[in-house]
Amino acid sequence: MSYYLGLAQLIGIHTLLGLSAYVLMLTGQLSLGQAGFFAIGAYCAGILTVIFELHIVPALFVAAFMAAFFAFLVGFPALRVKGLMLVVATIAFGEFVRLFFFNLSWRVPRDGIHVGPDSTNGFREIRYFVANGWSAWEITAFVWIFVILVMAALWWMDRSRAGAVLRAVGEDELAAQSVGLSLTAVKVTAMTVGGFIAGIGGGLYAHTATYVDHLTFTVLLATFAISYPILGGLSSVFGTLVAVIFIQGVLVEGLRFMGDWRSIVFGLLIVVAMNLKPSGLFDARTAYVLRRTIGLGGGEKPRA
Amino acid sequence: MLELSGLSKHFGGVKAVDGLDLTVNEGEIFGLIGPNGSGKSTTINLICGVFAETAGTVRFRGDLMNGKPPHRRLRAGIARTFQNIRLFPNLTVWQNLWVAQNSRQDVATQGFLPRWFGATRRTRQEIAGLLELADLGHKDDELASNLAFGEQRRLEFARAAAARPKLLLLDEPAAGMNQQEIDDLSQRIRRVRDSGVTILLVEHVMELVMGVTEQMAVLNFGRKIASGTPGEVQRDRAVQEAYLGTAGSTSRPGEGGD
Repeated sequence: MSYYLGLAQLIGIHTLLGLSAYVLMLTGQLSLGQAGFFAIGAYCAGILTVIFELHIVPALFVAAFMAAFFAFLVGFPALRVKGLMLVVATIAFGEFVRLFFFNLSWRVPRDGIHVGPDSTNGFREIRYFVANGWSAWEITAFVWIFVILVMAALWWMDRSRAGAVLRAVGEDELAAQSVGLSLTAVKVTAMTVGGFIAGIGGGLYAHTATYVDHLTFTVLLATFAISYPILGGLSSVFGTLVAVIFIQGVLVEGLRFMGDWRSIVFGLLIVVAMNLKPSGLFDARTAYVLRRTIGLGGGEKPRA
Repeated sequence: MLELSGLSKHFGGVKAVDGLDLTVNEGEIFGLIGPNGSGKSTTINLICGVFAETAGTVRFRGDLMNGKPPHRRLRAGIARTFQNIRLFPNLTVWQNLWVAQNSRQDVATQGFLPRWFGATRRTRQEIAGLLELADLGHKDDELASNLAFGEQRRLEFARAAAARPKLLLLDEPAAGMNQQEIDDLSQRIRRVRDSGVTILLVEHVMELVMGVTEQMAVLNFGRKIASGTPGEVQRDRAVQEAYLGTAGSTSRPGEGGD
């Protein structure tokens, strides 16, 4: 059972990571720096609960604001470029953050042992849940409360003018400028919101894993972050969730029995999925069929 | 209202616009015509701030616009349409207009509320008015990409009007339209002008230009070769040779995109 709960936590955390990239992708920008914001959230939340012995909820929020702050700072120079140049700039940022934590050593004595980030040895003592006697069920529920809150907020945003503004910039930058939208303001806002979400995800990750080191936050993690919304499609936040379940639940965990063959099948299935559903696993048509099936009425049938 | 002086835009050795002087007065419908490649669209892009000028100045209501990005110029009151329609294809008609309401402070504060209670009654009334102007009242929930060509043109026109501009730049709004649609467009242009908007119309279709404009200028190779009322311009020999042809025909010379 604890295996499935662990998987559920992982899916929840990766959903947050994917949604952080989703927000920015609505504006047409692709960032490979999400692992950096995730790392800032993870280390920050860990330091707050371990060294400052803070409660986890304020620790998570401070960590999220910290990640958002750095996303805001990075957003201004990074979003002056777009496309491949933005990808390169954000990879550079992600690596910068990773190498910062690679070098960060901040050890303090607590209960007779030294705790805190220990550069190459990683940050090993993030035992807030264990120390406070949380069960695996409680931890899973805690993670998913944040996932649901973030998904609800983004679902809500998509029905507001703000959501339409983000998508407008993503669809046509020239037209968006000429109706009076400031591209910089919109993109930096999206980057900041994305940083906040990645920060929450990172903080939760550090506490469920109890151990993080710099190798957790490589470009591979950033690639996962953007592959969820790409695979899930941008028509709804549920697409990212479906893609995380598909990748982490079905491909990574479900194919474990295949041993070394797994990575080959993994790649193959992603290619097949993207060919069968080019606009995302959870596109407008899937949403229509689903609404019909559960009897909510369908609205207008989308074109194929 | 709008004053261009010595405005130039060179792309490498190509002088797309070269020392253009132009004054558009408040409340006017001003026509800008010229053969393909004469610099009409470039002029629009310079006025809107999409391109940076090589030389010269753009003044709008006395304020220098040089160096201001497009969104600041929109907020100053300059809105536009595009020669090739540029809607937000995967937003609904309603959202296309909602997104464009950037001249009002209260819209920004409603940003994070959903449509059904985020949009105030004033916003709703304005959008309803725009839908009526574009004759799209029944299609507010349709995706912009699902509209027919003529409907997309009308929506883009309404989207430009949604910002409540003081100056509206129309870049070949009649391209690809039939006679009936051109007549509707003329009425729509007059209606917007009568609500207090100055209009700068760039056009190939002569029926429209001759029918609605009060003042006009003719461009050729980036330079102004004539200006005046449509009647004066039509009688101008330089214009007849450069553009209308020696027969002085008023049919559609050089129709199509740049």
